[in-house]
This record gives sequence, structure tokens and C-alpha cells, in this order.
Amino acid sequence: MMAPREDTPPATAGAATGGAAATGPDASTGRRDGLRPPSWLAGSFLLPALLLLGFLVVYPIVYTVVRSFLDSSGGFTTSNYTGIFEGHGNLLAVRNTAIWVVVAPTLVTIVGLLFAVLTERIRWATAFKLVVFMPMAISFLASGVIFRLVYEQDPDKGVANAAMVAVHDAFSAETAYPGAGPRAGAAQPLRAEGGAVVTARPVTAGSTALLPLLRVKPEYLPAKPVPARAAAPPGPGRITGTVWFDFTRGGGGRPNAVDPSEAGLPGVRVQAVRDGKVVASATTRDDGTFTLAKVPAGPVTLRLPAGNFTAAYGGAEWLGDTLITPAIIGAYLWVWSGFAMVLIAAGLAAIPRDALEAARVDGATEWQVFRRVTIPLLSPVLVVVLVTLVINVLKVFDLVFVIGGGDPNAGVLALQMWTESFGGGNDQGAGSAIAVLLFLLVLPAMLFNIRRLRRERK
Amino acid sequence: MTAHDTVPGDGSAGAPRRGIAARVAGRLGGGAVQAVLVLVALFWLVPTLGLLVASLRSNADNNSSGWWTVFTKPSQLTFSSYSALLDKPDFVDSFWNTVLITVPATVLVVVIASLAAYAFAWLEFPGRDWLFLVVVALLVVPVQVALVPVAKLYGKIEFGGFQMFGSITGVVLFHVAFGLPFAIFLLRNFFAAIPRDLLEAARMDGGSEWTIFRRVIFPLGGPAIASLGIFQFLWVWNDLLVSLVFADTDAQPMTKWLQSQMRQFTGNIDILAPGAFLSLIVPLAVFFAFQRYFVQGVLAGSVK
Repeated sequence: MMAPREDTPPATAGAATGGAAATGPDASTGRRDGLRPPSWLAGSFLLPALLLLGFLVVYPIVYTVVRSFLDSSGGFTTSNYTGIFEGHGNLLAVRNTAIWVVVAPTLVTIVGLLFAVLTERIRWATAFKLVVFMPMAISFLASGVIFRLVYEQDPDKGVANAAMVAVHDAFSAETAYPGAGPRAGAAQPLRAEGGAVVTARPVTAGSTALLPLLRVKPEYLPAKPVPARAAAPPGPGRITGTVWFDFTRGGGGRPNAVDPSEAGLPGVRVQAVRDGKVVASATTRDDGTFTLAKVPAGPVTLRLPAGNFTAAYGGAEWLGDTLITPAIIGAYLWVWSGFAMVLIAAGLAAIPRDALEAARVDGATEWQVFRRVTIPLLSPVLVVVLVTLVINVLKVFDLVFVIGGGDPNAGVLALQMWTESFGGGNDQGAGSAIAVLLFLLVLPAMLFNIRRLRRERK
Repeated sequence: MTAHDTVPGDGSAGAPRRGIAARVAGRLGGGAVQAVLVLVALFWLVPTLGLLVASLRSNADNNSSGWWTVFTKPSQLTFSSYSALLDKPDFVDSFWNTVLITVPATVLVVVIASLAAYAFAWLEFPGRDWLFLVVVALLVVPVQVALVPVAKLYGKIEFGGFQMFGSITGVVLFHVAFGLPFAIFLLRNFFAAIPRDLLEAARMDGGSEWTIFRRVIFPLGGPAIASLGIFQFLWVWNDLLVSLVFADTDAQPMTKWLQSQMRQFTGNIDILAPGAFLSLIVPLAVFFAFQRYFVQGVLAGSVK
């Protein structure tokens, strides 16, 4: 391919060793003509690279394009392409790839910009950058295993849900007693109504109510239960009462009466309801007692709302049908933010300080400086980061494969290509068509790179 | 801030006030920024820490409680998962396969790309610029485009009991080919920045192009070659897809072996956690040892 075409005169076969004392410097180009190596020599330097690129990259591109138009018997067809947009799995992959391309690069760039700007003024910026940059060295497979652990559904095992439950519980200090309920049978003070528990008879302000519950599972009892106590006598306009676990360990005890060895149930919400409207509410204390204040005159029903008896908050279903793609994008963000940060930080460092100072002297606020000066000066870098990430996102395979575990709800084109042609599908026409589609999607980026290169050369 | 001196009247009255306000806000903001960044750093460290701790606990502990419980009960820590894993011959084989794939793929890319980059930077031949543009265009080609054809091509190469498809050689060559565009691009730009006088002087002294390449370009290209070597090493070490397609069980690297263990995730943490940690400790060590070159490579390689 590298024809040894000679257009410069004195190159002999031995020109590689060169006529050392040949001609003097060429005034116009600064080159010494006699020292210029022959161009066939370039061929020998290039040969290994060109062979490998030719056989393993360029030829396969052509072959894949051809193969994508062939059916299994070798005839011409376009059904490989229409097939990409048919079938549940493929459609999900197309949709998810669109989500990935729009969301992931934008998010990573914003986070990278944020980190780059925030670290500009701190002393431990290098350490911070190293920490955020570190995941770039880890394989997507290992990152996938890491995030499978993070996203574990059970809040006792997955750190994401453990954190969510902890935060949730810190803001709403609710205790719940799943499975608890009133004693069955007629003539009981309480009865179940929907998921809630209500008093069987109306209660009026100025009286005391006993609300015994059964079937409280030991794991939901407080670690150190406080014995239930009879409520203090109510003042006018108040209702007092006790919610407790009406069960005496080892037997004995009277039903529907507070016995000394029975535990109070703290944190139960109690409402006074009239005509379907809540007129007063309270939460039980450690010994199970509660006081409803400002209860209007007349009969009301006491209700323990259903929230008291539903299972505790368990965090999000990260790897379920709806959250799985956002969850994997979260892992991708963890891996690639460092890349965006490093590039943008380099761009920031190259911004002339004078421009920023001038804007500040003119009275611009920091935010104005950032929006009107920093961002425009930085935009070439931001575009490069975005383009690079879009290319990368289109190829994302391992992370989806590992975290998604083959769930079609997580599928993307790059993974679907493998599934169709190797991972069980064995339909190389369909796989080739998806590969060509991916190739077409990165073409604009290819043109962008070439234009950028040409501009830099000039 | 010489501008303040020249601003008269109301301007100079306003300036110091804004200065103090800005300074106070800056200090408060500084504290908040530090706090946020500490939190972010924790966010980035905790997932990996979780993997490490999980790999140091027994399967029973991992299945019954979260890894963070070791902070209250450090007695859970054990190396049993690691010793069990290292007793598995197929895991140990896959570790050596990873080395056998990664080292040649890195060395070959560095050598082949250096040669080509030298030609692109300093040798004249017809169609040079055009050819270099093709190489730059190939930078972004997704690996997926080549999987089917190369699988077919490899299937046809067979001699003397050797089969290209499924072999380490096939995996290595594929990595080399797909590493070349970036490698040539990175090195050409670096080599082209070497002062012309150095080359001219070497040519004057009668050095052949090979000598110049070995004695001048290669040593001077040190930092760029280091960046490239680290990048290629990490890419190949971390690859899953290429090995998934081209490596059979005898040639599989750690990533493929671990992936094959992943079918039942939850019951397999005792294999996956130590395995994943062993697979990431080498690239992480490389990263921390050479992070300066790594950053340089990232800055140069923002085209891929």
C-alpha cells in the first residue's frame, strides 16, 4: 500500500544511513534535503500498525455493513434494521439508549463542572480529585459488583437502602407494629376497619379509653419495653387513654385490662374522628399512654390509623423495573465524574485570571462571573467532555450487563448487540445491524474530532 | 486591585463594604463547600470500602447483615473467602491469563504505535495527512462493529493444533488493533513536539532512522509512552466484552471468570467480593503509582 514513490532526488538504497556530510541547510524549509529519509522507509515503520488496523478494524467495518443487509441464507434484506425497532427487548434497549445518551453525559458533565469549580479554592483539592478519579481505574465489572452490593434491596444488606431508611426514620420518628390488631370476637372494645383499628363504642371528651392490641411481634417491641400504665384522669375537653400489648408473658393477666407485666406501645398514632374528619390526634408515650387535647364536645370515635400497622419503610427498589436504568446511570456517574472533573479543571486553570478579575472589579457577583465569563470561556472544554461521554455511553456494555444481570428493563443497544449475535441470540445479521446503528450514532463525534484536529493543526 | 484606588466617591464607599461582605460570605461558603466535598469524597469511597469489607466477611455474615456492622463487631473479619478463592485453580488460571493478555497487549501497542507515530510525525510519504485522518477517525469506532467479522476471521485461522478463535493470541491482537488509533494519535502529537534540531543533528551524525527512533524518539517520548502504557494496561486488564467473545474457558481472564460466577448473585458474594477486589487492586495500584501520567493521558485522550 505504501508505494515507494520517490519525488525527492538523492535517495539511494543506503539513504537510511544517510550521506552524513551531504548538502547544507535548505534555506527555504530549514531541511537538509540529502538527509531526508526515503518514503519507503515510512512504510516499514507503518506496516505492523496498518496490517492490524486493516484486518481487525477497517475490514470488519465493511464486513459488518454488508452482513447487516444479509439474511440467514445470504439473500439481501433490510429486516435486520427494522428488527431493531421490533420486539419488547429491542424497544426497551432503544429507549434506554436514548435515556442514557441524554441523561448520563449531561449529568456527568454538570457534576464534573461542580467538582472542578468547588475544588478550586480548597487546600486538599489534589486528594479530593484523586478520590473521585479513582473509579476510572476500576473495571466496569468490579464497579458492577460494587454497585450490586450498594443497591441490595434489603436495607440490612444494601447500603443505599440502609441510608435511605436511616434518613427516613430520622425525619419521621414513626414506629409501626406490622401484624398487630384487636382481639377477635364480639363485645370487644376495638375492631378492625380496613387497615385501621377503631373503638367499637363512641368516646366523649373527658373520658379515658383503653386500647388493647394483640399479635405484636417481638422484633417490633421496643428493646426495653416500659410497663403499660393506666392513663391519668382527663381534664375538660381531653381524652386520655392507653395503647398497650394486652398479653402477659407466661400466661395469666386479664383481657382488656392493664396488667403490671404488660408492655406499653410507644409511638402509636391515635386520632379522634367525627363524621370521617380527624378532630384531634396524639402519639403514645413510652408507657403507651396518650392525651388528646381540645376534643370538641359530643361523641367521637378513636382510630389507630393503618400507618401504625404497615411494615416499616424499606427504601427504594433500585433494581426493580422502573429504577434499574437510573440506578445503573448512578454507577456510571460514580465512575466517570472524575474524568469530567479533571478535564474541566484543566480548562478552568487555562482561563485568563484577568477576565475574571475585570468582571469582579466591574461589580459582578460570583454567580454572574461564573455564568457570563467562566462558562462561555469554558464551553469548548465542556463540548469536548460531552462529546467524549456520548461516544462512551453508546458503547456502555459491562456495567449494564453486570448490574442489570440480563434484565431487559436495563438493556441498551451495545448489550443487545452482544446478546443478539453471541449471548444466546446467534443472529449475526441482527447483531450487525445494531453494530452499524451504533457506528452511525458515533459518526458525528468522529467528524467533530476530525474538524477539531484540523483546526488545531492550523 | 489597583482599580479601587482610581474609583472615586460612591464607588470607593461601596467597595470596602462589598469586600467585607464577600469575605464573610466566602468564609461561610468555604466551610459549607468543605463540608459538601467531604461528604462527596465519602460517597466516592464508601462503595469500594463496602466491597473490601464484604470480601473480608464470611458468607453467613454477608447474608444476614450489612458490611457496616463490622464497625460494631470487628470479630466478623476473616480471610476465609480469599483463601477459598485462591484454592480454586480456575480462578488462579484466570488471573495468569489476565496477565498473559495484558502485558503483551500493552507492550505491542506501545512498540507498534511508536513506530507508526514516528512515521506520521517525522517521515514524509505520500498520503501522510490523509492516512493520519483515517487513524483519527478510527478512534471512536465501537468495538461492537468488529465482533462478528473478527470472530469469523479468527475461526478460519487454524494450523498445527492452534486455533486463533478462543486463544489468548486472538484476544491480544484484537486489543492491540483497537488500542492503536488512540496510541498513534497520542504519540504522534507528542513526537511532533520534539525539537526538529535534535533529529537533524542525529541525522547529521549519521544515525539511521532506526537508531534515531531508538536513541532519540523513544527516550524523549517517555512521559507520553508512560501515559499510553498505563491507559492500554488498564483498558485491557479491565476488559470484559472482548474476552467474552474471543476467549474460551482456557484463555479467559479474571473478568470473564467472575462474570461466569455471577448467575446467582446473592449466594455468591463470598466469591464475587474477593474476586472483584483482587481484580481491581492491580489497576488501582497502577493508578496511584502513576496518576500523574494517567491525568496527562486523560487530557490528551479526550477524543475517544
